[in-house]
Amino acid sequence: MSGLRRGSVCLGLCLVAALTANAQTDAPSRRSGYHDMGKPLQAMQDDDMANPGMLWVGEGANLWNQRFAAADKSCADCHGAVQSMSGVAARYPAFTAGSDQPVTLEQRINLCRTQNQRADRLADGSRELMALTAVVAHQSRNQPIAPPDDPRLRPFIAAGEALYRLRQGQLNLSCAQCHDDNAGRKLAGVTIPQAHPTGYPIYRLEWQSLGSLKRRLRNCLVGMRAEPYAPDAPEYVQLELFLMDRARGLKLETPGVRP
Amino acid sequence: MSNALINVPRTVRRGEVFQIRTLISHRMETGFRAGTNGQLIPRDIIDRFSCTYNGVEVFSMRLTPAIAANPFIGFHTRATESGTIVLRWTGDNGFSVEETVAIEVV
Repeated sequence: MSGLRRGSVCLGLCLVAALTANAQTDAPSRRSGYHDMGKPLQAMQDDDMANPGMLWVGEGANLWNQRFAAADKSCADCHGAVQSMSGVAARYPAFTAGSDQPVTLEQRINLCRTQNQRADRLADGSRELMALTAVVAHQSRNQPIAPPDDPRLRPFIAAGEALYRLRQGQLNLSCAQCHDDNAGRKLAGVTIPQAHPTGYPIYRLEWQSLGSLKRRLRNCLVGMRAEPYAPDAPEYVQLELFLMDRARGLKLETPGVRP
Repeated sequence: MSNALINVPRTVRRGEVFQIRTLISHRMETGFRAGTNGQLIPRDIIDRFSCTYNGVEVFSMRLTPAIAANPFIGFHTRATESGTIVLRWTGDNGFSVEETVAIEVV
């Protein structure tokens, strides 16, 4: 009898512990979309010889050392070897010197280009920008996502969360309805992932190319039959900030492979 | 623009069968897709891949529009003599990439 009671008390404590552990996220346990893919795709991502994202990483490594434009400076001239970028992708988006808004890694690279290299801004989603982002983010592979503890970021994260929970589009859906409430279940034949941005930029088989989180968000908006935000809209940065905060502690996989 | 990843063991024992794996950056545009203006986007694919080992062709294949972008090609061959392995991709619009890898047979 007393054994039984002890058992139930223990179970109760375990439940409390489990609930507190998950207080930060709505999902019962957080996991990268990697675990929702089939074995062949996981193998493709794990093998650097088969992961097409590594083509962009290689291209980015070449760009890193290339001198160009008015300043005749390469990224390496200021930053040194690209390995010095270790951990950077894990803490972006963030505030940067002289900006009154948080910027994503892609925007930060473009700021560096226009301010320090005096070169043209790289177009959104262009091959060069994706290659540079990929090689920088690749340096943080296997590192936990660690958004900075910056009080200035809080209103932006909150705005991102509001967008994440906002019903929108002709289907009147919010991000949370799929990725929190129904993650792990099927949408048509596909497992709905928890939407943790662990592998960006990702090589998506559907795109046959490497793409940013912004591109993925635009895809999702179109899928919800909502109007995608304007290309330079702050909404993308806010959503990215919220998603990175939500995925805090999960490991980066860049370049990820996704269906 | 084009870059390729190649994986060939540096040293192999004589007579051993070993694997060569390649991945090349290419958009493999099928020629069947229409652009935003409704016009067909012209075909732009790699149509042939070949591998020579000390001048002897040990593997070749024809690629078709149905093959995805950034084709991965893996195959096996037997180690005979030390020498060079030449990998060659050719395709539409004068696409031509050649990579040479040294191999040591012990």
